[in-house]
Amino acid sequence: MDDHQPLYEAILIGDGKAARAATEQALAAGMDPLKLVQDHMMRAMAEVGRRFECHDYFVPELLLAARAMKSALEPIRPLLKNQSIGPSGCVLIGTVTGDLHDIGKNLVIAMLEGAGFEVVDLGVNVPPGQFVQKIKEKNPHIVAMSALLTTTMPAMKTTIDALKQAGVRNQVKIIVGGAPITQKYADEIGADGYTETASGAVALARKVMA
Amino acid sequence: MNRFNKLAIDHPADLRFGIAPKPLTTRQGLKLGGGIVYPELNFTLPPMFVDESTMPEVREQYRGIIQGALARAAELEAPGLVVEFETLPPMTEHPAWGIELTRILLDGMAEAHARHGLKSVLRITPNDTREMERPPRMRSGPLFEAMLATFDGCAAAGAELLSIESVGGKEIHDEALMMGDLRGVLFGLCVMGVRDMRFLWTELQRIADKHGVHCAGDTACGFGNTAMVLAGQQMIPRVFAAVVRAISAVRTLVGYECGCVGPGKDCGYENPILKAITGFPMAMEGRTAACAHSSPLGNIAAAACDTWSNESVQNIKLLGGMAPTVYVEQLIYDCRVMNQALADGRDAALQYRKWLVASDAALDPQAYVLTPESAVAIARVIVNAPNHYAAGRAAGLTAVKLLRDAHRDGQVKILKRELPWLERMQKTLESLPAGENQFIDEMMGVVDTSKFVAADYEL
Repeated sequence: MDDHQPLYEAILIGDGKAARAATEQALAAGMDPLKLVQDHMMRAMAEVGRRFECHDYFVPELLLAARAMKSALEPIRPLLKNQSIGPSGCVLIGTVTGDLHDIGKNLVIAMLEGAGFEVVDLGVNVPPGQFVQKIKEKNPHIVAMSALLTTTMPAMKTTIDALKQAGVRNQVKIIVGGAPITQKYADEIGADGYTETASGAVALARKVMA
Repeated sequence: MNRFNKLAIDHPADLRFGIAPKPLTTRQGLKLGGGIVYPELNFTLPPMFVDESTMPEVREQYRGIIQGALARAAELEAPGLVVEFETLPPMTEHPAWGIELTRILLDGMAEAHARHGLKSVLRITPNDTREMERPPRMRSGPLFEAMLATFDGCAAAGAELLSIESVGGKEIHDEALMMGDLRGVLFGLCVMGVRDMRFLWTELQRIADKHGVHCAGDTACGFGNTAMVLAGQQMIPRVFAAVVRAISAVRTLVGYECGCVGPGKDCGYENPILKAITGFPMAMEGRTAACAHSSPLGNIAAAACDTWSNESVQNIKLLGGMAPTVYVEQLIYDCRVMNQALADGRDAALQYRKWLVASDAALDPQAYVLTPESAVAIARVIVNAPNHYAAGRAAGLTAVKLLRDAHRDGQVKILKRELPWLERMQKTLESLPAGENQFIDEMMGVVDTSKFVAADYEL
């Protein structure tokens, strides 16, 4: 594994160009692409995650590493058509109707993508009908809803009701978050999970999918 | 446009609470910044929908809030009160609702004046609903028109102070914060933000002139406070948030260049810098805003305030009464101490200010950049700069230098893992092109231009 330390290091410091160059060099040297992903890239991302969890890294470092990983994967993808390096799961996410706040949601997206989830971002001010429609189109594993206002949090329940009415509620796990939301509220509206912070979203997503 | 090219407050000792070189006198005779710090109360609804069917309950909520809070203010013999009505998005989208609720609040304020002699003034802060559309249409469209109609109707009804937490530039700034990208921060605040502020506050000044009311001020809430909250969650470095705060003052300044006269909006923690530049009174919030969000600025925020606010509290029942009533009491007591210090003379006021500053400044870089000395230093480079882009760059570099020096001298605690960020930010700022046009050309090639309507930003 040490032969490809530059790839590991490049992802760790978020240098996309260096990560891609190191990947191309390894492939040219005949390295097995799947092994490159599993032994080097995923190991680097696991270390990035560890550093973030223990507060050595901030979000920018996490995101730069995720981007470097993406760059490194580009020359590998065509070679792995028949091998599974698919996402951890698909998450449909949006800020509920009437609410314009999206940075918390965007942070959750960053965390989930960094952890290998495919994320479909519906944006802000998302009406219940749009959640329903996109569930039918994208068939996600998880629906994540965000609200920052006390006057918009009731829209989470309205959205869940709409999902029930459309017959898609049981196809997905629902997770919720945002400043005014509590575990109690999440339970009351029938969500499957709640987390207080953006960084808790990955563990929650894995938990509800388990 | 009135460019400020010299400081209204040149010496840090003159940057203190309750006294602004250019105070504002309201219709009822409150002299904001004229030697007394006034409480400024803000409130919001408990968890509930706002729509046609709930409007009867919404009206009752606001009627109850104003009656309860003003009765408590009168009991405690408050010298006066600023009431801020920060609307909720449906009240800006449906101007008739926002205007009707404004009248309810004004009726309550008039009644308290008639019954108890309590003087008050209403600040109206409609939402910047332009961002409900993505990419936002900043200069036209039904959302923009409804927002202006809300301002116009509320001003006509008697709201005397106009404010907003405008969002121009946020389309790029949000991601820049998450990526720790200071170039993106500067582009969002000092290129896009400045252009939108200039447009928006020119429009709002027309409304203020029409009704004989005042443009009070804007805030970089969606920028500097977003950074502060992210830093509080350890998502981004606190030194980064501190530098963003310094740069954000350039964006907020544009409101004053277009005619705002204060008091600056409470959540603009950059306001001490603005007070040094403009001399206008400023609202601030700190420990009494813990009901809305945490901050590392609980005491220092009061050092230069002219009104003292609680940011926003839900109308829920606490043991001491409904939350807005409880909070007005807390604000009044905080103001009493500041006003007693002012009454005891300059030395007493400076002593109290020293405690407000010293109790926070060494603990967090975000507090350190807001000490009176730091605020005046940042303000000075802003007014000396030839344009807003250069001012933002200079403000950022000054903040970095202040933090490096303070850390070296043991005056501020900076975590070891944050220290490389000071070096990184300095390099980034020093490597920026000298001219704004070149910077814009470079940035337009790298930012996601699908997120905003370039023409709305004159780009």
